[in-house]
Amino acid sequence: MTDAAIPTAASLRQTVEARLKKRHAQEMRFRLYGRMAIIVALCFLALLLGRIVTQGYSTFVDYRIAVPVYLDPARIDKADPTGANYDMLVAQSILTKLGEQDDDLGEKSGKVMEIMSNDLGFQLLKMVREDPSLIGKTITVTGPVKSDAALYFKGQIKRSTPQDSRKLDDQQLDWMDKLKASGAVTSGFNVSFLTNSDSTEPEQAGVLGAIVGSAMMLLVTAVLAVPIGVLAATYLEEFAPKNRWTDIIEVNINNLAAVPSIVYGLLGLAVFSNWLAVPRSSPLLGGLVLALMALPTIIIATRSALKAVPPSIREAALGVGASRTQTVFHHVLPLAMPGVMTGAILSLAHALGETAPLLMIGMISFVPGVPEGFTGAATVLPVQVFIWENASERGFHERTAAAIIVLLVFMIIMNLAAILVRRRFERRW
Amino acid sequence: MLIWIALTALLLFSAATYMAARRKAVAATGGKPVLLHSLPGYYGSYAALWVGAPAALLILLFAMFGGRMEEALLRADPPAAVQALTAPQQDVFFDDARAIAHGGQPSETIYEGDLKTALDAKAAKAAHLQNLIQYGSVALGALLALAGIMIAYPRIGPQFRARNKVEGWIAGLFIACSVTAILTTAGIVASLVWESWRFFQAVPIHEFLFGMEWNPQIAMRADQYAGTGAFGAVPLFVGTFLIMMIAMLVAAPIGLYSAIYLSEYASPLTRSVVKPLLEILAGVPTVVYGFFAALTVGPIFRSFFNWIGAQLVGGSFDGLGQYLMQVQNQMALVAGAVMGIMLIPFVSSLSDDIINAVPQSLRDGSLAMGATRSETVKKVVLPAALPGIMAALLLAVSRAVGETMIVTMAAGLQAKTTLNPLDTVTTVTVQIVTLLTGDQEFDSPKTLSAFGLGLTLFVVTLMLNIIALRIVQKYREQYD
Repeated sequence: MTDAAIPTAASLRQTVEARLKKRHAQEMRFRLYGRMAIIVALCFLALLLGRIVTQGYSTFVDYRIAVPVYLDPARIDKADPTGANYDMLVAQSILTKLGEQDDDLGEKSGKVMEIMSNDLGFQLLKMVREDPSLIGKTITVTGPVKSDAALYFKGQIKRSTPQDSRKLDDQQLDWMDKLKASGAVTSGFNVSFLTNSDSTEPEQAGVLGAIVGSAMMLLVTAVLAVPIGVLAATYLEEFAPKNRWTDIIEVNINNLAAVPSIVYGLLGLAVFSNWLAVPRSSPLLGGLVLALMALPTIIIATRSALKAVPPSIREAALGVGASRTQTVFHHVLPLAMPGVMTGAILSLAHALGETAPLLMIGMISFVPGVPEGFTGAATVLPVQVFIWENASERGFHERTAAAIIVLLVFMIIMNLAAILVRRRFERRW
Repeated sequence: MLIWIALTALLLFSAATYMAARRKAVAATGGKPVLLHSLPGYYGSYAALWVGAPAALLILLFAMFGGRMEEALLRADPPAAVQALTAPQQDVFFDDARAIAHGGQPSETIYEGDLKTALDAKAAKAAHLQNLIQYGSVALGALLALAGIMIAYPRIGPQFRARNKVEGWIAGLFIACSVTAILTTAGIVASLVWESWRFFQAVPIHEFLFGMEWNPQIAMRADQYAGTGAFGAVPLFVGTFLIMMIAMLVAAPIGLYSAIYLSEYASPLTRSVVKPLLEILAGVPTVVYGFFAALTVGPIFRSFFNWIGAQLVGGSFDGLGQYLMQVQNQMALVAGAVMGIMLIPFVSSLSDDIINAVPQSLRDGSLAMGATRSETVKKVVLPAALPGIMAALLLAVSRAVGETMIVTMAAGLQAKTTLNPLDTVTTVTVQIVTLLTGDQEFDSPKTLSAFGLGLTLFVVTLMLNIIALRIVQKYREQYD
């Protein structure tokens, strides 16, 4: 035994302090890791939303061109107005406006057609068809510029890029600057993005068809999943005897809630589409599949809402002579309703964003209009995002982001509604 | 259209029955409803249910299965000219007959001679059958409604236990709704197993599970070169595993640390701000993550690795540099990392619940012994919560395996057996989507293989979920 082995008060203090310092440093580090984890997660969120907003907001500004077009009787056949080349007429009018002459090969007008949307030609055709007396007059049509031209106005195609590696050449850029300066091209809020449906031309594509399709599909989902889910949950929570069968149903529901959504798509394809012959890519089929998918979550939410209603309510109702069914329908369910509605809205919001099962049942097809009915072909917002993301034209990229913004706005509205219902009606016992 | 009219008429008729039965019950007591066994409304509902429910069910069933009945009857006795056709041609023939009958768009097949007459005959028959089935269902429904009123109406009297009977109907409805969940599972299992079974007849199951090559190309013509596809799913399993591992490497530490911080350190204010923000991350649709991965993360990662490659080229790591220069957008790392971001809130909220379920007394005991907070977390709380956290991670794995959109948009289509995160891999879900978004022929192994993959996916995720839920349940009992 040496003296050194017996710690003096001072050295003990020293070692303890040294160790404490180390332990506190460890504590600080640990806390720092936690903070960093949260900060990293929030950074991801900011990056995700920020990227989508920066990529998509420019869609909501569009550039429209207004041109007076002389409907030359020599070139439009009165008997058959559909035969004329209206795009050419518009292009040449734009050239005249620019003070240029078209060459014999029509090269210049071809170049003009690359910066104006063919929507202008369609508009002319429609007007002439409705009122053939317009032939021989000069009328002004207003329509979007081609998406590449819009990208130039928005600064996404730059003049500094070498001519070969951009879609528009210098002459076209000059023309566009001139048109802009002369006031023929004006910018404004892009209403047509919200009032048009899908199109092969980016500048004419909009989300209206997808919004209507989503709404119809969610309606089917809600009408099926909410009543069935609420009734099933009520039965399991309030009536079911505790036996093997109800145990199986319970385990079953918990497992269904975690089945990958794509498996529901396979189910829909095999059972609803092939076996029951529900029309493919229709809101009805999509709604059926999503209803099955939303069912377990609605059941689970309803059960927890029913559990939160205190037993005293039930006992009081039974005590004054109500039957069990009356107790549940007159007292327990109404009191659980806020929780039920919150759960239902949240699971519908989830269904709104679901894409994978819908791809299985043929919702990926190009649908140019608003869906005709519950059994007609339709597209929905998330699938529209997927379709546009796959498109090669650059103009569709910003539209994809804009469609995502629209989708997120709807989801935020639904989530806010859920929060509002909870805040407004929730009762603490 | 006819169905809607019939259903509306049925509804009106039931409503009228309700009023009549209610009135009859009240009248039977001589205007003193208090003498009735049940409230007057129950008598009305009883009669209305007998009138409306069976008839409506019948009409709806006919609406659902009428098309199939029509088709079966139509195909019952094919003429000789049609019998001579091959099975797919017969399908087209009958589809055309029905399309002509219902004013639809027939295919562009040209029928001549005997076939043309057969087609016209069948089209006429199809129109006739459709009418027969539609009007027949409505007539049957009307008959059922009348039978219902015959059964229910005479029973109504003061002694009749209408409430109990109506509650019996409601109990039936309850049970039917609960059984929907079972039916869904049965439907999933049945459809997956049935179609997979057909697939495994064409491709042996061991070849599917252990084969090393995935190339589901089926020849258009029988004599085409390399006509048989390869259906070995191992590359897909490896690709799925690789992306899942990358996702978990991102999600597990970030999710766990944020759960620990939120439940052990954060002030109530921070908690109330951060938790909803993380939940936003959970509410973002997966297609949005896919877009983010494909158009933002992919190009960033690629240019980063290309840049590193450019630095290394010519140095002592020339080979590595050359490789990094050629890295593509669609590497496993991109899909995995973005999937990891998606799973962060999932892991964190599940672990948060589990950590909060650890009794406070354990923490108090540890802190009272002089342990620091982090020591308490590491030595007391986490070991106690470990089974629950394992379960949470298993559930996250199951999510990652079944996730579709991110990988469809950001991972590739090339089936490679590699564990290199910079390489392009494909997953089970990507292949299901690609196989089923084109033309679907339900007699080719190419389409059916999607169901084989779906069955594998279903079984794997189901096992993960069952194990995880078991663990959670056991763990809950421990502290309850």
